[in-house]
Amino acid sequence: MGRMAFVGRRLLQLVPVAFGVTFIVFFMVHLIPGNPALSILGIHATPKAIAILHQEWGLNRPLWDQYWLFLDRLFHGNLGQSLYYGQSTTSLVFGHLAPTLWLIIYAALLSVLISVPLAMTAASRQGGLRDHVVRAVPLLGLGMPSFWLAFLLILLLGIDLHAFPVSGYGNGFFGHLRSMFLPSLTAALALAPVVIRSLRASMLTVLGADYITTARSKGVPGPRLFFRHVLRNAVIPAVTVLGINIGFLIGNTVIIENVFAIPGVGQLMINSIFQRDFPVVQGVTLVFAVLVVLINLLADMAYAALDPRVRFD
Amino acid sequence: MTESQTGNVLEVEDLRVRIASRRGVVRAVDGVSFEVPRGEALGLVGESGSGKSMTLKAVLGVLPAEAQVASGQVRLDGTDLLTLDQHTLNRVRGPKISMIFQEPMSALNPVMRVGQQISEGPRIHLGYSRAKAQERTLELMRRVGIPDPERRYRAYPHEFSGGMRQRVMIAIALSCEPEIILCDEPTTALDVTIQDQILRLLARLCQESGVSLVFVTHDLPVVAQVCQQVAVMYGGQIVEQGDVRDVLLDPRHPYTLGLVRSAPDVEYVQDSLRPIPGAPPSLIDPPDGCRFHPRCDFVEDDCRTGTVALRLLAGDRATRCLHSERCQQALAADRAAQ
Amino acid sequence: MSTVSLPAGSGPGAAVVPSAAERRARRRWYRQPALMAGIIIIGVIVIAALAAPLITSYNPITQNLTASLLGPSAHHWLGTDQLGRDTFTRLLYGLRVDLRIAFIAVLFPFVLGTVLGSLAGYFGGWVDVVVMRLVDIVVAFPFYVLVIALVFVLGPGERSIYIAITTVGWVSYARIVRGEILVAKRQEYVLAAQSGGLSSLRIMGRHLLPNVISQAFIYAMSDIVQDILAIVTLGYFGLGVPPPTADLGSMINDGQNFLSTHWQLTTIPGLAVVVVGLGLSLIGDGLADVLRPGQS
Repeated sequence: MGRMAFVGRRLLQLVPVAFGVTFIVFFMVHLIPGNPALSILGIHATPKAIAILHQEWGLNRPLWDQYWLFLDRLFHGNLGQSLYYGQSTTSLVFGHLAPTLWLIIYAALLSVLISVPLAMTAASRQGGLRDHVVRAVPLLGLGMPSFWLAFLLILLLGIDLHAFPVSGYGNGFFGHLRSMFLPSLTAALALAPVVIRSLRASMLTVLGADYITTARSKGVPGPRLFFRHVLRNAVIPAVTVLGINIGFLIGNTVIIENVFAIPGVGQLMINSIFQRDFPVVQGVTLVFAVLVVLINLLADMAYAALDPRVRFD
Repeated sequence: MTESQTGNVLEVEDLRVRIASRRGVVRAVDGVSFEVPRGEALGLVGESGSGKSMTLKAVLGVLPAEAQVASGQVRLDGTDLLTLDQHTLNRVRGPKISMIFQEPMSALNPVMRVGQQISEGPRIHLGYSRAKAQERTLELMRRVGIPDPERRYRAYPHEFSGGMRQRVMIAIALSCEPEIILCDEPTTALDVTIQDQILRLLARLCQESGVSLVFVTHDLPVVAQVCQQVAVMYGGQIVEQGDVRDVLLDPRHPYTLGLVRSAPDVEYVQDSLRPIPGAPPSLIDPPDGCRFHPRCDFVEDDCRTGTVALRLLAGDRATRCLHSERCQQALAADRAAQ
Repeated sequence: MSTVSLPAGSGPGAAVVPSAAERRARRRWYRQPALMAGIIIIGVIVIAALAAPLITSYNPITQNLTASLLGPSAHHWLGTDQLGRDTFTRLLYGLRVDLRIAFIAVLFPFVLGTVLGSLAGYFGGWVDVVVMRLVDIVVAFPFYVLVIALVFVLGPGERSIYIAITTVGWVSYARIVRGEILVAKRQEYVLAAQSGGLSSLRIMGRHLLPNVISQAFIYAMSDIVQDILAIVTLGYFGLGVPPPTADLGSMINDGQNFLSTHWQLTTIPGLAVVVVGLGLSLIGDGLADVLRPGQS
């Protein structure tokens, strides 16, 4: 019962955020210099079309009324019509969603695979050479543009070694696995400095904790000590950190999809910007926000599942 | 493990622990020796910084990373624990020797159910199946006085009160039927009424099952309640040792005398508590001669130089004071004044 | 209980804990290797960027198609790009532009975030709720998505970059300052000021903020790095400073078609960004060590 209430409470907190997010997306139309209708209709902007749009969207009415109409359309799944593709934005976005989700999940997994051993090495011998090397990673990594990192990886692994494809999405499950490796690795490496830093810190805290001394005094052998006592406690703050930074990872997909020519939502956004396809840009921005909020909610639930102290607050 | 001929379950001989620090080497434990007979409880008393916790941790091998055993022997049933490798040591911890810690709040794994933490020992060391280990855990929980064990088995540490958590720790320590339990100030962090309950529990367990205790505390009356023997520590060394009644009622070291005088509960204390003036000695560069001499009321010239060794007295006692008769005189004066 | 009164500075590590004066001496900023290394790195780069016209005689914009795609040589230390422009020159001028924009861009979120964070932290109540909800809303958008969308919507140019970065970047400062003030306002000197009848504004301005601002300042160092990355990213997508102005991001974009043959066109500008990031991170970490209270 506590868990349901927790989820319920979080969802309730999301309501004002949902309003705020949709309002910003809605308001973007009005930030464009000039006539909003022209931007939305583009080459189809005949006086008649403009008039219809003014009617449908209430462009002559006060801002709040327009917002309300926007929400109404949103509720019916209508994000406007793509100027370039002539499809509804919604169908366009959903068509491009799969590769992006692949990228996010693959990158998150790789990030964990990279960060956990490195953080572990650094924490177990604090102050040693390995520790200093691992601590240097964030110093370099935080300043690295992800597309630059992508080019580096392409140079080293793609072109020189021909090991992995440098563009496209691939076919079938294993095709995806190969094609998405370099892009996901790039995203994972971009995320790694932050995760390593906080994972190392939380591992150090756990290693110094009293209950680890208790476990040692019980004669708990090494591997069991590490997994059931140290790691089990260290993942909790790590999940929080991953959750906080997942927004960063998702935002990075925009860049990475572009560099690696992956037909995902990020590439859709950039292409739409070049094509001045305003409705799609608006729609994609909203979808990204929804993704971030959903994943944060998942991270919160994972955190609650992992830490028994949470359920009782 | 061979049976020790003397009937002592634990023998510590000339233990020295060093801590590396930026200012120099800290001699946290500087030549400590004691014996714990089977079935008896030894108290280790001293203020913070006297080295008593470090001694326990050195015995069990759970010293923090900066600290190391420099020399000495720790014989458990005849086997020197300090010579064992981690793997063998892990097999000794639990079935032969275990430890109870001061802060029950932080000494229990917050994400592991209490029952699992108690049954972990038997499952690892005694090879119990899950069902058998659970049975044993419930039995242990009842023995240490945790009500409603079936329900509490699945609870997490944060759902327990301080006193209950300490009982859990005791259950963990008992789980593999060790021969000796090291207690590092187990009641310091608890309320006074709960303290009393836990102490009675420990004393009772000690008597019932014949398990030995080494009981570290800074609190004299506690020692009186639980232990048969007591060793007083100061500046990393033992300064007085003997039967608990002898040492507390008839101290032979000025430091012990000071402790006794400043304790409000011991029988014959006077109206005003008299704290011991001065500060504890530096463990990096201790004073020459007797380490207590800068704070001692009875200091004489020969106290200031040379090394002062532990001297045996009649009645199976020891003291590190060169002029212990002064303590007897002072005590007699106190009583006369009452 | 057998209490023995211990004077301050005694206890287990008594001989090991340094005195307050010793701690201050050790923390003096010029003794921090990280901080000094960072200052040197940034110093060299900033001076090089400012002195660009003195260091190189080439014009970063004029094209010279006869000299396109040359390799590194004595005439062109880093070679030329596809329009014959000297890469080293463009690097210096690009650093100039990008660093300038980044250093200015960090100011607005700093101020806005600190103000909102202070108000939220000090007054609490509905002010806090409103500010925190705003934070939640902004944070719901991935950083780059919102920045790119805003720059797109507002049109290219420096002004859009400042607006976009401010809109997205104030959040971290607000959180940090709010957190610090929540802790600080319970301190005794604040209670004393309040009972002395000082106005809230005065308390915030003269008593709380100076103590709290150091954390925000340390964060600003890493924020500049973020901003440089954002500007370079925008440049890469052609959304930053319009061509033909030299800009590190657009340089990387121009170079990507020649990745296999002239990899230095793409690699060098990025490397410059990494080095700047390294220098700023070192400064940030060094400052954090210096300003950490009570530790050497």
